[in-house]
Amino acid sequence: MQPKLAVWKFSSCDGCQLTLLDCEDELLEVAGQVEIAYFLEASRAVVAGPYDLSIVEGSITTADDVERIREVRRMSRHVVSIGACATAGGIQALRNFADVREFTSVVYAHPEYIHTLDRSTPPSAHIDIDFELHGCPIDKGQLLEVITAFLHGRRPQIASHSVCVECKRRGTVCVMVSKGIPCLGPVTHAGCGAICPAFNRGCYGCFGPADTTNIPAFVGALSAAGMSDFDLVRVFRTFNAEAPAFREASMAAEAAEDRR
Amino acid sequence: MAGPSGTTLALDGDGLETVIAAVRQRGYTVIAPTVRDGAVAYEPITSAAALPRGVGDEQGPARYRLRERDDDALFGFAAAPSSWKRYLYPPATTLWRARRDEHGTLLFDESAAAVPRYAFLGVRACELAAILVHDRVFAGAAHPDPTYAARRRELFIIAVHCGSPSGVCFCTSMGTGPRAREGFDLGITELLDTATPRYIVEAGSPAGLELLESLAASPATVQDLEAAQAVTDVATEHMGRHLETGGLPEMLQRNLEHPQWDDVAARCLSCGNCTMACPTCFCSDDVEAQAPDGETSARVREWASCFSHDFSYIHGGTVRETVRSRYRQWMTHKLGTWWEQFGTSGCVGCGRCIAWCPVGIDITEEAAAIRASDGRGRGSA
Ligand code: SF4
Ligand code: SF4
Ligand code: SF4
Ligand code: SF4
Repeated sequence: MQPKLAVWKFSSCDGCQLTLLDCEDELLEVAGQVEIAYFLEASRAVVAGPYDLSIVEGSITTADDVERIREVRRMSRHVVSIGACATAGGIQALRNFADVREFTSVVYAHPEYIHTLDRSTPPSAHIDIDFELHGCPIDKGQLLEVITAFLHGRRPQIASHSVCVECKRRGTVCVMVSKGIPCLGPVTHAGCGAICPAFNRGCYGCFGPADTTNIPAFVGALSAAGMSDFDLVRVFRTFNAEAPAFREASMAAEAAEDRR
Repeated sequence: MAGPSGTTLALDGDGLETVIAAVRQRGYTVIAPTVRDGAVAYEPITSAAALPRGVGDEQGPARYRLRERDDDALFGFAAAPSSWKRYLYPPATTLWRARRDEHGTLLFDESAAAVPRYAFLGVRACELAAILVHDRVFAGAAHPDPTYAARRRELFIIAVHCGSPSGVCFCTSMGTGPRAREGFDLGITELLDTATPRYIVEAGSPAGLELLESLAASPATVQDLEAAQAVTDVATEHMGRHLETGGLPEMLQRNLEHPQWDDVAARCLSCGNCTMACPTCFCSDDVEAQAPDGETSARVREWASCFSHDFSYIHGGTVRETVRSRYRQWMTHKLGTWWEQFGTSGCVGCGRCIAWCPVGIDITEEAAAIRASDGRGRGSA
């Protein structure tokens, strides 16, 4: 019997699930190896659980989400979370730094209809996760590697190094050193293949913090190069704002700004 | 001054073009400096017109900029961002492929890719020294690396002795430059004492001699040879950095618990740029490119860095957990234990790790700081 694959969506933009559909040729190969049992983005046909591999996209933002993610865990042998939302709360975790009631009262005519939690959290805050794949959106090559690894019962080969390693491998001239453009590459988890520096832009940190880094030292270097505390808060509060290392950095910069 | 063979020619810019043509005629792809994305890059060229005319560089810790020179020099800069190792030891190499046949037997295909025939034009003395280091690492051992060894066998090296060291150069300290002494086929000194540059070209190997003898050019005069020597003599006086190498491996070994390691660990991002940029760093990771059905796979070797968390991952955990332990590993290997392992320094003094470190950590300064309070870090790690 083929292993059963399920793809679940929580609070997210669907971009990461689309990455799976975007695999096209490779998707057919994957489809040949698994029974796609639950993947609403691709098909309305639903096969009941349990599932061998559940891929989770999105963050947990409602009481209903909390129940549903627990249910996913109960029904699944392996759970892999994909993307910035499912690994770090996503861009919607910006609410974690503000008052969500104030937001809803400004945005909605009837805020009383909005049932939402105060914080956006990754599934790992609620259940055990077998593997987290980073990125906003995730990289399709990495996604295929993760699925292939689970299908064959081995550890995914997802490198833990910085974006700089990818940048140097592809032969891009560092934009920080050669042009003075601020770049989050040194503290960001590899995975995208260092796309932005290849187009003369600094890295935006889509893949969240690298496994081992030294963000306080990096922040010091960015400040010394002229970046304001306000801008420091902004660069660390994007898709991975709630990732602990980025959260600490933005909180520290905010505190420094307040002291001024 | 003259190469071992004794033949040295004096050429003008057109003469340099004939050298490139003669090399290409012998079946080589010429890789040479050219300007790309605001930096010098070593890329395939077909004519001297692609060389960076009148371009100089400014290099310092975490800083690299091109500048306009007030002459027409074609080699008026120091080491480029990306070293030649990209061509001899590529960032990703497929080592073999495997597939399962209908009986379930694994079949391996180890046939190597076609070997390119490169001629490197503009190899600096420090870079040539780095290639000779890689020869020991990859080609000299009991198990030579086939990709490296094959590319290296086909390689034709045209060294250019340096006249314009940058702010991060310290080949003089490492005994590697600014004049290349061995290992080249042709060696060029660019003379800027006339309105248009001239090139003093010496042969360093039988292949280089054969090529030189095929050119219709006048031999260099005694004055030319003196002028060429003066270029590198002046360069020697303009090194951007200095590293005291006396007893360096022992000095580092007796300071493995020096507080400077904590100091540098507080600044280092563990990003790995230094290792990627270094022309002698050779570490790699083997990854398996497996098809989803598990029936075929390729083993791919990729550049890796000792600054990555998973680099020292072995069964059960990572050996070098802290940034301190990783920086110390890198630096003591480069400047110290490399001697035991390969009979040479792992650092050739090109300064790339200083320029391309995003926070400007300077290997010469770190070593000097430890030496300044030698003995504070006694103890073994
Ligand atoms: S451009 Fe950015 S990612 Fe690339 S090496 Fe420089 S700092 Fe790292
Ligand atoms: S270190 Fe020496 S040989 Fe290398 S580029 Fe600088 S001056 Fe030239
Ligand atoms: S350690 Fe630094 S200076 Fe020495 S060879 Fe490597 S990059 Fe060049
Ligand atoms: S020394 Fe510099 S380039 Fe090397 S890992 Fe540390 S911060 Fe990165």
